[in-house]
Amino acid sequence: MSWITNFFTSSVGKKVIMSITGIFLCTFLAAHMSGNFLLLKNDGGQAFNEYAKFMSTFPLIRVLSIVTFIGLLFHAVDGIWLVLQNRKARPVKYHSFKGGANSSWTSRNMGLLGVIILFFLIVHLKSFWFEMKFGTIQYVEYGGVKYKDLYSIVVSAFSQWWYVLLYIICLIALSLHLMHGFQSAFQTLGLNHKKYTPIIKGVGLAFSILVPLGFAIQPIYVLLKSMNVF
Amino acid sequence: MKLTLKVWRQKNSKTRGRMETYPIDGIDEDMSFLEMIDVLNQNLIKEKKDPVAFDHDCREGICGMCSMFINGEPHGPEKGVTTCQLHMRSFKDGDTIVIEPWRAEAFPVIKDLVVDRSAFDTIIQAGGYISVNTGNAMEANAIPVDKSIANEAMNAAICIGCGACVAACKNSSAMLFLSAKVSHLNMLPQGEVEGKRRVLKMMKAHDEAGFGSCTNTGACSAECPKEISLSNIARLNRAYIAASLTSEESI
Amino acid sequence: MKLDSKVPKGDLGDKWTNYKSKVRLVAPNNKRRIEIIVVGSGLAGASAAATLGELGYKVKCFCFQDSPRRAHSIAAQGGINAAKNYQNDGDSAYRLFYDTIKGGDYRSREGNVHRLAEVSVQIIDQCVAQGVPFARDYGGLLANRSFGGVQVSRTFYARGQTGQQLLLGAYSALSRQIENGSVKMYNRHEMLDVVLIDGKARGIIARNLITGEIERHGAHAVVLGTGGYGNVFFLSTNAMGSNVTAAWKAHKKGALFANPCFTQIHPTCIPVSGGYQSKLTLMSESLRNDGRVWVPKRKEDCKKHPNEIPEEDRDYYLERIYPAFGNLVPRDVASRAAKYVTDEGRGVGKTGYAVYLDFSTAINRLGKDLIAERYGNLFDMYHRITDENPYEVPMRIFPAVHYTMGGLWVDYELSTNVPGLYAIGEANFSDHGANRLGASALMQGLADGYFVLPVTIGSYLADEIRTAATDTNHPAFKKAENEVKTRLEKLLNIKGDKSVDDFHIALGKIMWDKCGMAREGKGLKQALKEIQELRAEFWKNVFIPGDAHEFNPELEKAGRLADFLELGELMVNDALDRNESCGGHFREEYKSKEGEAVRDDENYRYVAAWGYSGDPSKPELHKEALDFEFVELKTRSYK
Repeated sequence: MSWITNFFTSSVGKKVIMSITGIFLCTFLAAHMSGNFLLLKNDGGQAFNEYAKFMSTFPLIRVLSIVTFIGLLFHAVDGIWLVLQNRKARPVKYHSFKGGANSSWTSRNMGLLGVIILFFLIVHLKSFWFEMKFGTIQYVEYGGVKYKDLYSIVVSAFSQWWYVLLYIICLIALSLHLMHGFQSAFQTLGLNHKKYTPIIKGVGLAFSILVPLGFAIQPIYVLLKSMNVF
Repeated sequence: MKLTLKVWRQKNSKTRGRMETYPIDGIDEDMSFLEMIDVLNQNLIKEKKDPVAFDHDCREGICGMCSMFINGEPHGPEKGVTTCQLHMRSFKDGDTIVIEPWRAEAFPVIKDLVVDRSAFDTIIQAGGYISVNTGNAMEANAIPVDKSIANEAMNAAICIGCGACVAACKNSSAMLFLSAKVSHLNMLPQGEVEGKRRVLKMMKAHDEAGFGSCTNTGACSAECPKEISLSNIARLNRAYIAASLTSEESI
Repeated sequence: MKLDSKVPKGDLGDKWTNYKSKVRLVAPNNKRRIEIIVVGSGLAGASAAATLGELGYKVKCFCFQDSPRRAHSIAAQGGINAAKNYQNDGDSAYRLFYDTIKGGDYRSREGNVHRLAEVSVQIIDQCVAQGVPFARDYGGLLANRSFGGVQVSRTFYARGQTGQQLLLGAYSALSRQIENGSVKMYNRHEMLDVVLIDGKARGIIARNLITGEIERHGAHAVVLGTGGYGNVFFLSTNAMGSNVTAAWKAHKKGALFANPCFTQIHPTCIPVSGGYQSKLTLMSESLRNDGRVWVPKRKEDCKKHPNEIPEEDRDYYLERIYPAFGNLVPRDVASRAAKYVTDEGRGVGKTGYAVYLDFSTAINRLGKDLIAERYGNLFDMYHRITDENPYEVPMRIFPAVHYTMGGLWVDYELSTNVPGLYAIGEANFSDHGANRLGASALMQGLADGYFVLPVTIGSYLADEIRTAATDTNHPAFKKAENEVKTRLEKLLNIKGDKSVDDFHIALGKIMWDKCGMAREGKGLKQALKEIQELRAEFWKNVFIPGDAHEFNPELEKAGRLADFLELGELMVNDALDRNESCGGHFREEYKSKEGEAVRDDENYRYVAAWGYSGDPSKPELHKEALDFEFVELKTRSYK
C-alpha cells in the first residue's frame, strides 16, 4: 500500500488533503451558519436549544461531527506540515521580497490565517461545545422534555463586547482564508477550465463573504439586543 | 543615470555572503540591465576588484540563463521579460536597486548571483521526454494533432527553464516548470502514451530535489517571463491524481 | 597534404544509401565498452550524444552552460527546412540540394549537401515523435511557410521559436539517455584541449568552471559540436559564451580549419545603441516582405525625425539598385548595400550605423491589424529593446554577424583529418559553402547529430574495438594538462591594466571594419598587422581578477579571447587568399561594374583548409578541389 503514502506525502498529495478537507469544512460552515440563525428567533431560545439537542444526539449528525473533527484535524496538521516543509524549501530568505507584485496577501498567508482560525476554534469549542458536553449546564423544559440551555450560554458570551470583537476579527480571518482557499481547492484537484474556473472563483468569493457575514450577524445581534438597542 | 546598487556577494557555496553597496554613474537608459552590470564589472576590474559573477548567455530572452532577483521580483519589475530584456528605462535616476540570486534549497548559490539549477535537469531526466529512439519515428503526418491542442502544448513548451517561478514562489515550488513540461508532452498524442509514468516520476524528482508545494498563489505565472499559465498546474494535478489512482506500475 | 573527401562514388541520390549499406558496424557487446566524448550540447551535440547513447555507446557530453538546454541553437527563430513536399509545390530532395548548393555560391560538396537534403525528411519525423509542437493547420497536419527566398514552402516552424523547440527535443532525448546511464553529462565544463595518442584523438582536458579543477577525460573518439565563431567580431547575434576554443584547440593539434573567412552577416538586426552594447539581436528577415528600406538622400537630413523627411528626400536604395528583387534581395546583398549607404554618411540613428525599415506604406495598404498579425511579436520585441513604436516610427536596422559557414574541415564521414576527431553542426565547414540559406542551420545540426555521425563514426570505431579504455595517466594527458594549467597561470600572471572586454572590443572593430561585410586586400593586410599587435599587447597587458581555482568568468573569457585573437588572423589570411567574391565573402577588388560579386570558379573552386604551423601568423594552406558533377555553376543576379 506504499502508493497511498507516496501519494499523500507528495507535494500534490499533501495539497489534495488540504483541498478535500477544505471543501468538506466549507459545507460544514454553511450548515453550521444556517442552523445558528435560530439564535435570532425571538422565542427565548427554545428553537435553538431544540436544534442543539438534535445536533448532539441524532446518530447521523454524530457521525458527521466526528468526521468534521477528523477533517479539521487533518486540515490543521497537514496545513502546519505544509507550511514547515515549504519554509524548508527556502532556507535563506530574500533581503527584499515584493510578494505584493505578483500575488495576493491572503494567498501568501494562508498558514497565518489558519492559525488564527485554529485559535478561534479552540476558544469557540471551549466556550460552547465543551460547556455543553462537560460543563455544569442548566436545563430548561419545553413541553415536559428537558433540554440543555445552550442558548443562555451563547447569549451571555455574546453579551460581552470584547468576545464579539474577537469573533469578528476571527471571522475576517476566515473570510480571507476562504477567499483564497475556496478556489484554490478546485485548482489543486485539477479542476481548472476556461469556462468553469471564472464561475468557481465567483462562487468562492460570494461564499467567503456571505458565510462569515452570516456568522458575524449572530453575535452582533445578540450583543445589540443585550444592550437594549432594540 | 546615477544609481545605487545593493548586490549579494558570496565567494563560493561554502562561505557566507553579504549585501554590498556600489554607487554607479553614467548609466544610459537604453542599456539592458545586464549591460548596466557589465559597466559595474568593468569599473570593478579597473579597480582590480572581483567583478560580480552572474549567469547570462543569449541576451535575447530565450536561453533562460539570466537569473537576477531585482528589487524583490525575479527578472525585475517588468512583466513578461527576462533580466537581459529588462532595460534601464524601467528605473529612475537616483534609484537604489537591490540585486539578489534566486533563493531556494534546490538552487544553491555557486558564486554571487550564480545559482545551481541542475535540479531542473534532474526533473527532466526523470521523464521529461518521449521514449523514441532516433530512426524509430513514424511519418510525421501520420497522426493529426488538433490545432488547438498543438497550440496549447506550444504555450507550455515555451518555458525557458530560468527558474523565476521558483524564485517568486514563497514556497520555492517548481510546479510551474514541472507542469509546463508535463502539459506539453502529455497533451500531445505522441506523449500521452507514457503520460502516467511521466507525471509520477517527474513529481517524485521534483519533491526529492527539495522544492516546496504549490499553494496556488499565482506568483510563478505572474513573474514568468514567458507568461506560462497556472492552468498547466491544474492539468498536472489532474494527471498526477489520476495516475496515482490508476497506474499499476509502482514508481 | 592530400585531402580525401571520401565522398562515395555513384549517382547523387545513391551515395548515402550505398554508404549506409556498406559502412562497418560495431556489435552491441563492443559498443558498451567504447567511449565517446561529445563536446557541446546544441542541436548537433545533444542529438549526437543522445543517439550514440541509444545505440549503446558510453558517452560523455560536455557543455559550458549550466544546462545542455541553454546552447545557443535555442535562439534560432525562423524554422527548419525539409524536403517533405507536403504542400505539393514540386519540392524534392534534389531541389533542396540544388537550392543549398546555389545559395552557398558553389563552394560546398555535392555529396554532403545531397545527403543533408535526403535526411531532412527524417528529421521532421523524429522531431514530431519527440513532441516538438510544430505549427499545424486545422486538419491537424503540419504547416509550412516559405523562407529565405526559395520557390517552395518547405520550412517547418514552431512560432518564432523553432530553434528552442528543436533543442528542447534533442535535450529531452539526451536527458533520457542521462537517466538510463548511457550518457554522463558534464555541465559547466569547458574543453581546453584535445589529447592525441599515436596521432588519434583519445580524450580531452576540461576545466570544471565551478571549482576550476582541470580534469582528464579519455575516450575512443571525440566529437566536437561546439558551434560557430561569430563572436570574434565581439558584437554578433551569438550568445555571450559562444566561442571557438574547442575547435581552435583541435586545430592547433592538427585539425585543418576550412574557409574561416566565410561569415554570414544578417541584414535585419537591431542596431547598436551605444558603446556599452554587448550583443546584437536579430529580427526575422521576413520583415523585409512588407518593410521598405531607406535612408535620407542628403547627409544633413540624417539627424531629422524620419517622419519629417518628405518622400522625395528619401532614398529607397534597394528598390533603386535592385529593381527586380527590391527589398527582398538575399542577405549578403542587403547587408552590403546598408554598409555602403552608411559609409557615405547617410546612416541614421544615434550612432549613424542604421538604416530605416519602414512599414508605413504597408500599414496604409494592408491596415495596422494585418501588419500586427504578421509581425506583432517582432514589433513588440523591437519596441521593448528600443522604446520606439515601429507602427508609428520606422524601425532602425543594421546588419550583424550571425553565422559562420567556415569551421573544422571534415570529410564525408564528418571526421576531421585527425583520426577519431569529428566535427558536427556549425563547428564544421561542410554544407553551406560560402553562404547559408535561411532555415538550414537547424537542419544541418540535427542531420549531423541524429542521422549522419552515429552511422559514419562506426567506420572508425569498428577498428577500435580491441583498443582498451584510454588510460588518462598516459604522458600525453599529463602533457596536455600541464599546458592547460601553464596557460591559465600565464594569463592570470600578466596582471596588466586592460580588461578582457577592452581587447575583445578592439579585435571586433578590426574584424568588422576590415574583414566584415566587404573586404579589400589593403585593409586585410593592415588587419593582419593590427591583430598581431593587439595579440602581443593582450599577452602583456590584460588584467584578470581572481585565480584559477574558483568560478572565474573573466578567466574563461580571457582564454576564449586568446583563441579568437589567433583565429581572427587566420580569417584575414583566408580572406586575403581568396581573390574572388562569393557568398558572404565579398572582396572590393572582385566585383562587376554594377558592384556585384564576381566569383572565380577557375582558380578558387576549392575549400581552403588551413593547417597550424606552430605560428598563428604562418598558416599552411591545403586545398580540396570541389568537383561539380551534377550541377552547373551559374552567376547569381538580383537586378
